[in-house]
Amino acid sequence: MVLKPSDFRVPEVFADWCPGCGDFGIMNGLQMAFAELGLEPHRIVMVSGIGCSGKEPHNVKCNGVHTLHGRTLPFAMGIKVANPELEVIAIGGDGDGLGIGAGHFVNAGRRNLDMTYIIHNNGVYGLTKGQASPTLRLGLQTKALPKPNINEAVNAIGLAVISGYTFAARSYAYDVRHLKDTIKQAIQHKGLAFIDCLQPCPTYNNITTKDWYAGEDRKDASGKPQSRLYKLEETGFDPVVHDWSEDFQKKMAAMDKAREWGDRIPIGVFYKNELEPTFEERLKDRIPFYRERPPAKQKLKDQNGFSTVDLSEFMGELKTS
Amino acid sequence: MPIDSINWMAGGPQGSGVDTAANIFGKACGYGGLYVFGRREYHSNIKGLHSYFHLRISPKQVIANINDVNLLAAFDAETAVRHINEVVPEGGIIVDAKDMDTKVLEVPTFPPEYKEEIKRIMQEQNLGETLNDWLNHAKQRNVHVFPVPYMNLLNQIGEKLGIPQISKITRMINVLTIGVSFALLKYDRNLAEKAVKATFAEKGKIAEMNALALNTAYDYAEQTFKTDFKHRLTKLDVNEERLFLTGNQAVAMGKVLGGCRVQTYYPITPAADESEYLEAHQIMKTSTGEDEAIVVIQTEDEIAAVNSASGAALAGARAATSTSGPGFSLMVEGLSWAGNSEVPLVITYYQRGAPATGLPTRHGQGDLRFAMHAGHGEFPRIILASGDIEECFYDAAKAFNLAEKYQMPVIHLLDKAMANCSQTYPVFDYSNFKIDRGELLTEKDLEGKEYRRFRFTETGISPRVVLGTKNAVHWYTGDEHNELGHISEEPLNRRRMVEKRMKKLEQVQKEVPAEEKLKFYGDTDSENIIVSWGSPKGAILESLDMLKQEGFSLGFMQVRLIHPLPTEEVKKALQGKKRIIDVEDNYTAQLGGIIKEATGIAPNYYVLKYTGRPMTTTEVCKALKAILTGKAAEREVLTFGS
Ligand SMILES: Cc1ncc(C[n+]2csc(CCOP(=O)(O)OP(=O)(O)O)c2C)c(N)n1
Ligand code: SF4
Ligand SMILES: [Mg+2]
Repeated sequence: MVLKPSDFRVPEVFADWCPGCGDFGIMNGLQMAFAELGLEPHRIVMVSGIGCSGKEPHNVKCNGVHTLHGRTLPFAMGIKVANPELEVIAIGGDGDGLGIGAGHFVNAGRRNLDMTYIIHNNGVYGLTKGQASPTLRLGLQTKALPKPNINEAVNAIGLAVISGYTFAARSYAYDVRHLKDTIKQAIQHKGLAFIDCLQPCPTYNNITTKDWYAGEDRKDASGKPQSRLYKLEETGFDPVVHDWSEDFQKKMAAMDKAREWGDRIPIGVFYKNELEPTFEERLKDRIPFYRERPPAKQKLKDQNGFSTVDLSEFMGELKTS
Repeated sequence: MPIDSINWMAGGPQGSGVDTAANIFGKACGYGGLYVFGRREYHSNIKGLHSYFHLRISPKQVIANINDVNLLAAFDAETAVRHINEVVPEGGIIVDAKDMDTKVLEVPTFPPEYKEEIKRIMQEQNLGETLNDWLNHAKQRNVHVFPVPYMNLLNQIGEKLGIPQISKITRMINVLTIGVSFALLKYDRNLAEKAVKATFAEKGKIAEMNALALNTAYDYAEQTFKTDFKHRLTKLDVNEERLFLTGNQAVAMGKVLGGCRVQTYYPITPAADESEYLEAHQIMKTSTGEDEAIVVIQTEDEIAAVNSASGAALAGARAATSTSGPGFSLMVEGLSWAGNSEVPLVITYYQRGAPATGLPTRHGQGDLRFAMHAGHGEFPRIILASGDIEECFYDAAKAFNLAEKYQMPVIHLLDKAMANCSQTYPVFDYSNFKIDRGELLTEKDLEGKEYRRFRFTETGISPRVVLGTKNAVHWYTGDEHNELGHISEEPLNRRRMVEKRMKKLEQVQKEVPAEEKLKFYGDTDSENIIVSWGSPKGAILESLDMLKQEGFSLGFMQVRLIHPLPTEEVKKALQGKKRIIDVEDNYTAQLGGIIKEATGIAPNYYVLKYTGRPMTTTEVCKALKAILTGKAAEREVLTFGS
């Protein structure tokens, strides 16, 4: 099916992010990726948490489930397990996924469901007016903080890799083409794909701003800004685990890259492994017909409405004779 | 005259096979056409602390527990001490001969507060300090004492089996006590052997070893104890097929019947058994010849459990989660989301002793108000309370129909007593059970139309679609929303949405059949009426029978649909009654309070229990009689059971 990004617009909803917010870029990236992959809107489910980022699904024409703060992954899991045919994209803020939802973040890795998870990494709690998020570094004092940040930051990519995510990438809200390509790869990846999306928040984060990422503060002799972001794919970095024997070394390489920050920040794919069985495959091992008749597609009743279940095996075990 | 209904109790340290013993005993009785009611009590501990199992056995249906024990099979000294006074005259105690000299105050597992109680008993009854002294005292009440040298018997068995290390077979003490029990009760040993073999069927040689232990003990008792023990168990011929099952199993089967195809859980007593049972029985047969299956997910916490169940429900699977108090506490925000987004979510909630970790393996009914009010804001929910195992089964199935029809969370409120009791029933005939998915639209229904998930309608129920339906892209949000499911803070839309959601409860009130809301028993024209809910039902029903025989007139209203409360029907039933007796396992008489709030009519007597142990027929009957004869306080607090 030929689809255009505009087919994924939601004209009846006013996108209420602050002017210049990185969330617009992510919205565009999603719409472009969906269109290029030819995903029909009704087959996609965007699940989100709470925060400025949580509003993303209302601005994309596909099914949207805007859930609770930190709970995007559990909802997404339930949806995906019930109907593995659906293309499930979980969305959340950095507070959402790495603060209140950190337990789910880690445990989702253990399951490796075939879905995508995108964190809007803006270093702050946008919707509650700028408190420090779990990705803000120790000692930084963004605009709304009364004191410098007293906590060290969590390394989102590193956490994803050691938690078992089989795809870990980073992209940037204002490099919409790169983001769109990364989202496409994540969707096409077999297994749980994580994208750490750097997202400037012009309202509350006056440190990792658009200008900062672009390197406006460090122009070369010709006056050209030296962007802090560089693309892993342009450095020959190979994130793919082709064989299990490479896995440890690829994970270590990803962790090593994930440590880079400051004047050189890598974007692109850090780690990718399709050898690990997905949760759906593991379920199929137990339930041979899981794919054809997943929970959401079972009949339950006959044409007269009676339950079709035959409990005689259950009752047989419990019989007294 | 022989006594043909007995209450058998087995007790011992946790990990010593008390449950297995009860299982074998119950099975053997079932094979002989007898009815069994079982109740299990255990500490929050894996090995060493006291646990026990009651089995009431009778040629007639038994549905609750009583105080009197006819035959106590004590695996250790603690069991004998704790339960000695429950054994009736003419009853018996089977003890390990080597425990006779044990000093009761030196049993290491007794906590200080219990030792104080023992000292008090010793003083009051002028008892010596050894178990033997206690048993001699019991003999004065005509209690038979049957000391069995378990070690000698195990030595004999070990020799026969060529196993010199007795420590490898001490686990079989449980089966020895069964052998002795059945010999004393003169029950058909073939049935006992069949039960042993069935229990260990999958364990090869172990089955034979246990059968040998059973027979050795049976022979020993037959030869040794020539006393005139009046209790008898006699097999009956019955043609009817019967089940012996626990509350947990009934709920699990009910869920399967009701179409539950995703179950999420985080391990917690007494709910986890249900999920594990479901996982073990994941694939099910159907009348279409095509198997179906339930996916059971152990999540990282109850927050994930409730929310992933909601997700699965939105995607079109019938989905549930199962928990007890601490877990439900964590689910509360998710419940509120489900209420706001009109999710057909089913939560099976087994109450246990609370607050906090409370009495993690014990019983209580203290969470009714919590289940009713949990969640921020106002949203509709349904609360069903089952009072027996058969109701557990059908209510578990029905919960999904209600959830989907009215698009709201349904809390199936149970308790530890219900979960862990076991009972004999004629095989359930579920052939009439229908699946009602409510107003569920398909791709075809929506061709060329605009779909609004939260469309305003007369009844408040908006036709539903499942995620992934063509022609029906739609949105959900935990924010207040417009008909499309997008965020809206408009005050008038807000008013309509609140009203739309709440209005659905009126529909529930109108459509749920009367007997599924309230069930009446006994003499409902009487001026006296009991109100209750959940597991006390069995003890109440048995009490009604006993009191009727004594000439008392009394009715009983069991509330099954607790929320929305069938206010008018309750009012009608209670109006003009002289005595309204509220029976509940909590301190604050929660149902009584809810009834008063809704109808303006308050109970004037209360029978309450909050020791963590379920009510027995004996104590309920006694309390009711005291109330009916004007000899009771307004509040009778029950405490039986250790
Ligand atoms: C349980 C709970 N606690 C707190 C909040 C308040 N809250 C709303 S948004 C938010 C933080 C959002 O930050 P983040 O997840 O980083 O998303 P952003 O707004 O930055 O996109 C918080 C704490 C809430 N909605 N729910
Ligand atoms: S507060 Fe920040 S993250 Fe939120 S909308 Fe405004 S710019 Fe975007
Ligand atoms: Mg944020």
